[in-house]
Formats: sequence, C-alpha cells, structure tokens
Amino acid sequence: MGVKQSTVPFAGTNEQYSKLLKVIEDHKNEKGALMPIMQKAQEIYGYLPIEVQSIISNEMDIPLEKIYGIATFYSQFSLSPKGKYVVSICLGTACYVKGAGDILIKLKELLNISDGECTPDGKFSLDSCRCIGACGLAPVMMINDDVYGKITADDVEGILAKYK
Amino acid sequence: MYRSHVLVCGGTGCTSSGTPKVLEALNKEIKKASLEKEVSVVQTGCHGLCALGPIIVIYPEATFYSMVKPEDVPEIVNEHLLKGRIVTRLVYDETVTEEGITSINETNFYKKQHRIALRNCGVINPESIDEYIATNGYEALGLALTKYTPEQVIQIILDSGLRGRGGGGFPTGLKWKLAKGNDADQKYVCCNADEGDPGAFMDRSVLEGDPHVVLEAMAIAGYAIGASMGYIYIRAEYPIAVDRLTIAINQAREYGLLGNNIFGTDFNFDIELRLGAGAFVCGEETALLTSIEGNRGEPRPRPPFPAQKGLFQKPTILNNVETYANIPPIILNGSDWFSSMGTEKAKGTKVFALGGKINNTGLVEIPMGTTLREVVEEIGGGIPGGKKFKAAQTGGPSGGCIPSSHYDIPIDYDNLLEIGSMMGSGGLIVMDEENCMVDIAKFFLEFTVDESCGKCTPCRVGTKRLYEILEKITAGNGTMEDLDKLEVLCKYIHENSLCGLGQSAPNPVLSTLHFFKDEYIAHVVDRKCPAGVCKALLSYVIEADLCKGCTLCSRSCPSDAISGKVKEAHVIDQNKCIKCGVCKDKCRFGAISIR
Repeated sequence: MGVKQSTVPFAGTNEQYSKLLKVIEDHKNEKGALMPIMQKAQEIYGYLPIEVQSIISNEMDIPLEKIYGIATFYSQFSLSPKGKYVVSICLGTACYVKGAGDILIKLKELLNISDGECTPDGKFSLDSCRCIGACGLAPVMMINDDVYGKITADDVEGILAKYK
Repeated sequence: MYRSHVLVCGGTGCTSSGTPKVLEALNKEIKKASLEKEVSVVQTGCHGLCALGPIIVIYPEATFYSMVKPEDVPEIVNEHLLKGRIVTRLVYDETVTEEGITSINETNFYKKQHRIALRNCGVINPESIDEYIATNGYEALGLALTKYTPEQVIQIILDSGLRGRGGGGFPTGLKWKLAKGNDADQKYVCCNADEGDPGAFMDRSVLEGDPHVVLEAMAIAGYAIGASMGYIYIRAEYPIAVDRLTIAINQAREYGLLGNNIFGTDFNFDIELRLGAGAFVCGEETALLTSIEGNRGEPRPRPPFPAQKGLFQKPTILNNVETYANIPPIILNGSDWFSSMGTEKAKGTKVFALGGKINNTGLVEIPMGTTLREVVEEIGGGIPGGKKFKAAQTGGPSGGCIPSSHYDIPIDYDNLLEIGSMMGSGGLIVMDEENCMVDIAKFFLEFTVDESCGKCTPCRVGTKRLYEILEKITAGNGTMEDLDKLEVLCKYIHENSLCGLGQSAPNPVLSTLHFFKDEYIAHVVDRKCPAGVCKALLSYVIEADLCKGCTLCSRSCPSDAISGKVKEAHVIDQNKCIKCGVCKDKCRFGAISIR
C-alpha cells in the first residue's frame, strides 16, 4: 500500500477551504482530534495533498512532518486523487484462496495501471484492499459502493464496461 | 400486535447480495396486499449464513428463505403472508424434510451452535433501542449499578473464566482488576473494533446486529474499574457498523443510559467513536491507543501496561467486541452459567467466521471444545465439489495452518497454540488440495511486510527477508539451505520483535513448514508445485492419447508454443510456454494436464 506524491496540480476551492476551517474549529480542542480532522479533510477534498496538510498544520499549530507522517502511515489516506470510479479488489484470505489474485492481474491488464494508480483520464483508480468482511461472497470486488461477489477473472471485463 | 414478523438480513454480506432492493419490494407488496397492520418487516443484523444471502426469515414459523430476489417477493407475500402457504421453491434446501418444512433451528448449520455473543444478531432491529431493551437489554447494567459493588462485578467476570476473544486470550476479569487497582483522576474503557484479520468478520456482525450490547458492556466495565469515558476504535471500512453504532450511542444518551447519573446513581459514563484508517498493527493494544491519541499507530514497549499507563497515559482497559458481547449475559445469568460451557481452560463459546473452500460460509458460534471436524463437516457443510480437506487456517496472519491429522482437535486457546496456530479473532479459512501451502505462507508474509509499522528492525527487515526467501522458493530457485534459513530467521523474529504483530508473523511459515514440509521439499528439490498454484513450477502437457488434433489450443495460444498437424496429437514447447492456462481452458477433450 505504497503512498505516492501527487503529480496532479492542486485545485481546492474556497468553499472547500472554509468547510475545512469549520471542521478544524469544531474539533480543535478535543483530545486526539488530529486523525478525525484529517479524515474529514479527505472527505472534503477527496484526497490529502500536501497543500491540505499545510492548512491543517498551520491552523492547529502542529508540525507538517507529524501530519505527513500520519498521512503516509495509514492506508486510508491518499496523497493522490482517486478516479471517478474507485475499483477495489479484496485481497483478504478468504478471497485470496478463491482466486482474487487472478482478478487483480486481470484488472491491471484491462485498466493498464498498477495497484494504487489512477487511469490518465481520471476515470478509474485501482486498489487492492484489506478484508471488507464480505467473506461469504468471496472473491469480492467493489466499484465505488457497488459490490460484486463470487466473480471470476472472466467477469471483470463485463463489469468494467458498465462504467465506461 | 402483528401476526407475522418478516426479518430481512441487513448484514454486510446480504446487503451486498441485494437486501435493499428486496426490502423495497417487500414493503411495496405488503402495502399492495393491505397487510401493513398485520405483518411487520424488520431489518436485522447478520444471520450467519452469508453464502445464501439475501436471507428472509418469517416468524412465527421460522421459515428460512434464501437467495431471495426482488422478483420472488410478490410470491412470498401472496402465498406465505396472505394464504399461509410456504413457498417451497425458495426455502433453504436443508429445511425441506420428509415431514415438511422445518424451522431453521433444526438445520445442521444452526443445530450445533450456541449463540451468546450473537444472540440478538438477526433477531432484533439493531436501530431500535426498545427492541434491545425488550430482550433484557441494559438490565445487566442496571443490576451491576444498583446491586453490585465494582469489586463484585469484577469477581463475577473473574469467576466466569471469560478470556479475551480478540487474540491472546488474556483473562478479562484479571485485566479489569489490574486497572481497578491503579488509582488515577481519569481512567478509560476502550473497545477494539479494528477487526483487521483477513477473513474474520464477527465483530462487524455484532456491531451491525446488536450495537447496544457493546455500549452496555463498556458502561459495566467503566463502573467496575472507575472510568467515566469510553472510546470505540472501529474500522472505517465498516460503514454500516459505524452508522448503527452512532445511532445506538445517540439513543442511549437520550434514554439516559449513557451520560450523567445513570440509573439514578452517581455513575457517569459516555462513549465516543474513533475511526481507524486502515492499519493492521492498530489491532495491537498499545498501537491502537497511540492511534486514538492522534499519532502514527506504532506500538509502545510494555511495561508499562495499558492498565497502568494506557490512553493519554491513564489506566485503560481495552477489550474486543466479542468479549464485550459476553459481559451482559454473564452479569445476568451468573458466572456458573457461563463457566459450565466450554473446556477446562476455555469457558463459554467462540464465534468463528467460516470462509474459503467450504459450503456454508458465514458466522457460527460454538461452545469451546467443539472439534474442527464438526465445524467444517457438520456445521460448515463440508468442502464444495467433493474435494479433500487439506488444512484450516486460524488466527489470520498471526496464526497457522491446521492439517487433516489434527482434524479432531477440540478447539480452544491452548490446543491451537500447542499445534503452532492460535485462536486469534476467529477467522477460519478452509483450504483444499488445490491450495499451495508455500503460496499461502507467502501470501501472509506479503501482508505482514505491508503492515509492519517499521518501528523495530526484526519485524521491518526480518519479515521482508522471509518474504524474499518464500518468493525464491515459489519461483523455483529455492535450495534446502533456504528452508533451514527460514526456520532460523523465524525464531529470531519471534524472539526479538517489539509487539505481537512481529512476534507472531513467522507463525504461518513455521506451521506450514512443520506440517507440510513435503510440499516445500517438492518446490525445492523436484521443482514442482503439487497443488498446481506456483506458476513458475508448472508445466502444461498434452496427453497424446486424448488429443484429437482439433488445433483449437494451438490457435488460442498467445505465445505460439503449441505445434501439431490437424488430427494428430499436438505438443507444447516448454521453452515458449508462458503458463497462462488458456489451452487447458479451451481444450474440449481434457487432454491438457498440469504437471
């Protein structure tokens, strides 16, 4: 679950900025508030580029390196933007023993990107994820909030086609 | 009063299989048949049989409909609810007997189960505090606050023999007693709902199906150790559970069951949620506490133990969701009731998540001491396709593989430890002869390498080296010396890592090496993968006597590795073959085999 620096220029709006300031204001004095604030910030911007981290750092008076350290530690935080459709394939044990590895290979081949990357047109991004707990449906793939269970590598192309 | 209750499973498994649409259809059809006043539709938590979702159970008959589609709903409403005739074609096969349709509780899957932690899952509406209260909810908290002293509460938990359900199996009562003994102006009660073990989802099901039980148990714990604040650390990957917990906390505050002067006593207690952000190591207790504080989730050396200096340096107890789910029933029914179940050293029940190559994937709760064979063959319904049981993996990346020679082992903490695995949080993944044990060990090491927090060297570097050796073996370049190296390195990592993640990371390697050494040797000496998984070690061969010479394979081969004339046996050039398997899939005569 590598984290990469984004090459996409930052394009935050004023509206997003004031939303973030409000979140920081609301939570600032709670104990251990940094993580919830970063999670909300990612909800607002869709990802956590260094620009957003700097805002949090300035507003909360916490060194940027601490925030960067947290952002790169947890796999939920993303420093680069996600695609319009986030494709996640579960690589939990139950899914793996039922062939999730082959599905990941197929997805990489069809989307022509590797794990953690986004297609150049910004449409799809691909993540292999940790167990989502739908082991009864293994192997499981998710596209945004749609869940596809009990799939095979041959089904992948047809499923992706629905989103093109 | 309703004459019939329709329970629709709203767990993650069933929701993913289509519960929302079924629910919509159900409400529409019931309205159409003007049954709103006679039939109540309830969205419940997980029923356990996730493989058969979406699930609908209709009471009072306890008729179990499985794999229900929205288009089946009119028939269920018109036949079953209106005319009282069960729709046989939609009920779960196992409930169809010669004497007619039986209750779901008579099936193999449910018969041997004993539900304590899961007692309300699939029974009540998790978004209604009244339904929880109607099933004796918050009675245990009231009893503890008004009739028992904190010391008595701790004594009951100690006597019950309850041990932590999250992994290590530390006696819960002892944990509470230690925290009680440390004086401080503020103490904390935390709940570990960061269920990171791949293949384990019992905590999620409890939170989705019965969220109030966790709140009630945490309040009891708070009373016992003298804490007024609780935190639930839950995975952000469990959105349904987060929603239901949020609803539950608000309801409990409204009813005065959280907040100040609970049950008219001077006991105050409140709970906050903290969302995890996807780090397996945060399941380790000190790492979890560090994460709640708003830091990188790195573990801290122990001592000091959390009971002395935990969250924000204050005495803290941390228990897992399933452990908490056992607390209210123990307070209500007494320690003798609980300790009468299970084995000598492990009391009560344990929830397992059955997954992998097994027919009834889902959640089961069984008394401690049930054998692995009973779980897999009877409750789990055996292995699909008549394949042979090869191993069961328990304990996730910290556990090991149990081979068929230990199929009759009674499951409890100590028995599993003895054979190199562990209980863990209760994931139980079944593997058949088509799973390669070296590949499985490699799979878990890849996980630990990824999830190692990097703080201590034995884990950070050691697991990477282990992974590299396994990669070398599965690529067909391993030597016998590598197998010895694996063992030495495993021992070193186990002895020198800072936290449980590193200390137990070698378990998947050690246990497969111990029980399946032949398979490792086959990879190293014969350069073969007996299970046919490790691609580099496979060769595709055409059986000359079965080949009809139809040329389909040679036309499909992407690397032109197959040659032969029409109506003559074909041959695969092993140097050109990229082992993609297309020829085998295409062949209509079963003439291509893997060696």
